[in-house]
Amino acid sequence: MEINIINYQDTRSGFGAGIHALGKQNPHVVALCADLTGSLKMDAFARDFPERFFQTGIAEANMIGMAAGLAIGGFIPFTGTFANFSTGRVYDQIRQSVAYSGTNVKICASHAGLTLGEDGATHQILEDIGLMKMLPGMTVINPCDYNQTKAATMAIAAYEGPVYLRFGRPKVPNFIPDTTPFVIGKALMIAPGTDVSIFATGHLVWKAVEAQRILASSGIKAELINIHTIKPLDEAAVLASVKKTACVVTAEEHQMHGGLGDSIAQLLGRFHPAPIEMVAVRDKFGQSGTPEELLAVYGLETADIVAAAMKAIERKKGH
Amino acid sequence: MASQVRRDIIRMVHACQSGHPGGSLGCADFMTALYFDQMRHKPDHFTIQGFNEDLFFLSNGHISPVFYSVLARTGYFPIDELATFRQLHTRLQGHPTTHEGLPGVRIASGSLGQGLSVACGAARAKKLRHDDALVFVLMGDGEQQEGQVWEAAMYAGAHKLSNLVAIIDHNGQQIDGPLEKVLPVDSLKAKYEAFGWQVKPFDGNDMHQVVATLNAARADAGKDGPQLLLMKTEMGKGVDFMEGTHKWHGVAPNDEQAANALSQLEETFGDY
Repeated sequence: MEINIINYQDTRSGFGAGIHALGKQNPHVVALCADLTGSLKMDAFARDFPERFFQTGIAEANMIGMAAGLAIGGFIPFTGTFANFSTGRVYDQIRQSVAYSGTNVKICASHAGLTLGEDGATHQILEDIGLMKMLPGMTVINPCDYNQTKAATMAIAAYEGPVYLRFGRPKVPNFIPDTTPFVIGKALMIAPGTDVSIFATGHLVWKAVEAQRILASSGIKAELINIHTIKPLDEAAVLASVKKTACVVTAEEHQMHGGLGDSIAQLLGRFHPAPIEMVAVRDKFGQSGTPEELLAVYGLETADIVAAAMKAIERKKGH
Repeated sequence: MASQVRRDIIRMVHACQSGHPGGSLGCADFMTALYFDQMRHKPDHFTIQGFNEDLFFLSNGHISPVFYSVLARTGYFPIDELATFRQLHTRLQGHPTTHEGLPGVRIASGSLGQGLSVACGAARAKKLRHDDALVFVLMGDGEQQEGQVWEAAMYAGAHKLSNLVAIIDHNGQQIDGPLEKVLPVDSLKAKYEAFGWQVKPFDGNDMHQVVATLNAARADAGKDGPQLLLMKTEMGKGVDFMEGTHKWHGVAPNDEQAANALSQLEETFGDY
């Protein structure tokens, strides 16, 4: 895949564009928001489809329950609030009224991870992927840029079942060509290689692209695969890659416990053990700072992925 | 029929030696009137969506025995299936759920406080479809201690969800004792009225009042916003030694107690 920066855009705007397009396409798509319409980029949907937009106020539990009720009534509800309030705050509502009840609710969560920046740790949820992936039947998607987030938003409307869609606040490189199909549960090969497999999700996919290029300049052929769907995991793609490279790096803007790395380590432990290094947050809360400052302090930068790849390769040689 | 429903409740809870007879017995009159007389529904052709049908959500899912009894006896599933209540691989889980595909159930409940929100969403969906059927939701009075109930009450009142009819089973008892001692939820009428609801208090163990109140609720639907039917009941109603105490909230009768209870309840439509 030819990778170039198309422009710099926030992934939440990809969601906003996606749901607006869905509003035009599908009269069954409805949206709910808990007082964060502008932050979630749901303004255009609210403006053009007011009868299908439900402002719930600062009442996230009620929003999730109402979404379940709308799904029972045959609509496809998308809920929008920050990732923290989309998951931890309403976990029991999601568990009972959405996941266990099998209601067709799309839980769309912005400002995930450290890169929401200055608001600090109360808002920087780093546990949401873990919380959501533990729920039976829940699909968990963490797209990497504007184009992929827009495509994912469109794709989940066509899928029947509960989905957690996670995206973020800052403007970041938009580099996945808009012609790339988004297939739920299908990993996206970005760069083939033979020395180490890098599995990345969300904002860290671009960092991994940079890392893959740096490694290439040192003669190391890293295979970079974008895991946008954390659950269901594309097990075949992961195993095929690791059978080739025999060592692994995972990269995500999430706690190491419960994230993408945890899912991949579990898969490899069961079917194909291999050295694995995880670029993730190490059991810590975030703090205020700019997104770039925070990624550096918490070890989620390009250089951290490069170092992890070198270490994984060293461990492979030591076997 | 309410007597038969009460027999079902006692027999189901006794058979598996677990479950919640107290609240189920207290709501037996109301649930019988709702399902046999009031609801416009199609038990033979159940769909989750229930287009152009009245919908009912049980928010206080622990009174599943009364729910299962009226569902079976109105034809949603075979009456004999009541015998599987709370057994391994049953569709009649301890708390109601859609997970095993039991006809008549549209949402899982058990963790309290969620049903009113679901009903708000379902009421919204009906309005969007110009479907003028009603959405009923039954809650407990102890459940009013859950914060989410008030989020939903605020929403329904503010948006005048006039196709929404909520019922509170006001028996004054919860697991740890009388509400008055655990955490009072006094003045529910004034509280809901302050949230923009029309409130109709009535005696839920007086069948004439139950039917009259449900008729009035249908007549007033579509007018002034959501309605609350504030239903005074007696926990354990119909079985003398279970009446008026929280002790039978979640305890099953032993053989002797079950026989005693059944001797007080006439078998009118045949046991399962």
